Amino acid sequence: MCLAVPGKIVSIDESNPDLKMAKVNFGGVSKDVCIQWLDDVNIGDYVLVHVGFALNKVDEKDAEETLRILREMGDIEEENS
Amino acid sequence: MKYLDEFRDGKAARKLSAEIKSVVTKPWQIMEICGGQTHSILKYSIEEFLPEEINLIHGPGCPVCVTPLELIDKAIAIAQREDVIFTSFGDMLRVPGSKHDLLSVKAKGGNVKMVYSPLDAVKIAENNPEKNIVFFAVGFETTAPANAMSVIEAKRRGIKNYSILCSHVLVPPAIEALLSSKNNNIQGFLAAGHVCTVMGYNEYFSIAEKYNVPIVVTGFEPIDILQGILLTVKQLESGKAEVQNQYSRVVTKEGNVAAQKLLEEVFERTDRKWRGIGNIPASGFKLKDEYSDYDAEKIFKVENIETEESPLCIAGEVLQGIKKPIECSAFGKECTPERPLGAPMVSTEGACAAYFHYGKKERNVIASEAKQS
Amino acid sequence: MKQKDEIDFSSGLSCPIPKSDYENVLLAHGGGGTLSHQLISKLFFSQFDNEFLNEQHDSAVFNIDKSRLAFTTDSYVVQPIFFPGGNIGELAVNGTVNDLVVAGAKPIYISVGFIIEEGLPIDDLWKIVLSMKEAARKSGVKIVTGDTKVVDKGKGDKIFINTSGIGVIKEGINISPRRCMAGDKIILSGRIADHGIAIMSAREGLEFETGIVSDTAPLNELFYCIEKFGDKIHVMRDPTRGGLASSLNEIAEIANVGMLIEEEKIPILDEVKGACEILGLDPLYIANEGKMIAIVANEIADDVFKEWRKTGLGKEAVIIGEVTSENPGTVVMKTTIGSKRIVDMISGEQLPRIC
Repeated sequence: MCLAVPGKIVSIDESNPDLKMAKVNFGGVSKDVCIQWLDDVNIGDYVLVHVGFALNKVDEKDAEETLRILREMGDIEEENS
Repeated sequence: MKYLDEFRDGKAARKLSAEIKSVVTKPWQIMEICGGQTHSILKYSIEEFLPEEINLIHGPGCPVCVTPLELIDKAIAIAQREDVIFTSFGDMLRVPGSKHDLLSVKAKGGNVKMVYSPLDAVKIAENNPEKNIVFFAVGFETTAPANAMSVIEAKRRGIKNYSILCSHVLVPPAIEALLSSKNNNIQGFLAAGHVCTVMGYNEYFSIAEKYNVPIVVTGFEPIDILQGILLTVKQLESGKAEVQNQYSRVVTKEGNVAAQKLLEEVFERTDRKWRGIGNIPASGFKLKDEYSDYDAEKIFKVENIETEESPLCIAGEVLQGIKKPIECSAFGKECTPERPLGAPMVSTEGACAAYFHYGKKERNVIASEAKQS
Repeated sequence: MKQKDEIDFSSGLSCPIPKSDYENVLLAHGGGGTLSHQLISKLFFSQFDNEFLNEQHDSAVFNIDKSRLAFTTDSYVVQPIFFPGGNIGELAVNGTVNDLVVAGAKPIYISVGFIIEEGLPIDDLWKIVLSMKEAARKSGVKIVTGDTKVVDKGKGDKIFINTSGIGVIKEGINISPRRCMAGDKIILSGRIADHGIAIMSAREGLEFETGIVSDTAPLNELFYCIEKFGDKIHVMRDPTRGGLASSLNEIAEIANVGMLIEEEKIPILDEVKGACEILGLDPLYIANEGKMIAIVANEIADDVFKEWRKTGLGKEAVIIGEVTSENPGTVVMKTTIGSKRIVDMISGEQLPRIC
């Protein structure tokens, strides 16, 4: 359930304070997304989008850390298997 | 695509696979809650990466599959009305009711429109003031805030011809219901990552403690799922029963508070019938009385709908993880994606459809062949 | 006056699609997947039964005197009628040209039937006609006959176009799905899913900003440059509705062979991939209108690949897999993470999902 995809904010439209919107880019395709539930959102941030709403920002540091752990993980096992 | 491709990396998958194999010493039954996770497990043949000891049970995290038959029949009754434009996510259009599905209503001339976002449905209402626009508000906690927002928006803009047919279900009560069932053999859970993005994971601590099961909040890409399984297995092997967060790049313990406030504003908890499982107390959302002007069930008075479930369909047992789809006598015969008897065969992430589509039919079981080679 | 012969429906010709299954035709019956096949084989093939139809290729191939001809027909009902990268007119010409090309024919003549909804702006019709003229010129065909009907407003969805076409097949060319055999290589001319996503981006309710345009194009050059390989070309197919997966499945089933393809090798534009991710769609099942699959004898595979790469249409050509004897009738794909899964035939229309 809950198909949600990470995309990059390329522009923000706060003209309507009750329905803040942003243009979010997904690998080159842009969609208008409601960012009403997020604080402190900036152009260049990555957000997780579900049915046209941003659920949360992607914590880029955390993502990089997870990937780093994976990269460093188990090289010995790989050589043995 | 950033933050997707990196979590679909083959090398990382093999590393995680090796690590899981090195840790496991006995058989374990792990359930992934979310249909999206089931979809991913089958799409990437994740079971090829797992040792024989690990049995993945596919949970009822498919809001489409668990939407009660009566509600689909109500949706169809409303959609057949001349004055209604019935809007829905694509997922619900092919789910069979007692006799028809929404697509066949469309075939007979009903005005049924597919939308990507509930805000699109509100826009349709604004552009068609002479019609009544009803939106089929299905989903778990992930989708509920968006559906709530559509109601708030309609109210704010003074749109009077918009309403929602509400079928929201909640995950933690479902987990409790599964764990407290006498048929339960689930030993660990991969919790639904996107549900937790909205709700956080505070609700899971008491469940983990009460039933002594590890619960790992897990994402959807193959690397997420393998990592989630690894964390769960490590806990099981060391006798732990804690809540962990694998999907920390988007999930925080508190979740999205603004979205949660919206849910409290618009919805209240209610008992809900889960198709194939039965009634689970306080497991759903319904609109609060203040928003009854937006409640399609009240507006269109669709009571007294008779429903008949197919006697062959064992959706309930599949959704509870008691049986696998291939153990159903109707699987691939009377029940196929073209002619589904129950919702898990229709929804693309329903366990039965996913099994069928990704090839766990009798004639080809590639994963087990690959495991043996 | 002689009574016209009446068809006696009570004489045991019961409808093979039981009423309990489908009382009415559904959109999914036109989707190119299993339901389409059911309708076509159970209703049409079974009644119109003959050796040409039973080949189940896109064109019928037959001899008249000394000439070997291919004959095909297709109808175009796309909405919207103007979409990024083209319109229904050029689609109609290119589509039928391509059905002839993949039969191994040089397309020569096309017929056009218009069913126009009352109220269509003449300006729109003019644009469509000009596009068709240009498409015909590019593909070297003449539009030699046609028909026009106008239907009441509300009965026609702006415009429907049927095109039929005739082409000539040279000696030595023998294209048929049944010629597909283990060891053959599967070559794809370029990136997938552009057309389907371009259409979707223009459809109400699913709009997103994108630079994706339809890939509609006549595929003549892709065939002419490899025609010299003669009967070592076993099958050609343009993966339109139902996408790459449906075309491969159809061929695998008719030929009773297995196929093994590699996901990593299948080219797809980043934007198309992005759109598929947002909508929850699998690009393997999305329509293409300017792409070709060729299944050829192993010994010429590299040469075919090289020839295609020299052309405009085939500059991103890739050998995506091979035909196997394992798992006959099934298409298996090695995923990007190294596991294997079955790429099944889709049952109806692929719908965007949120779950």
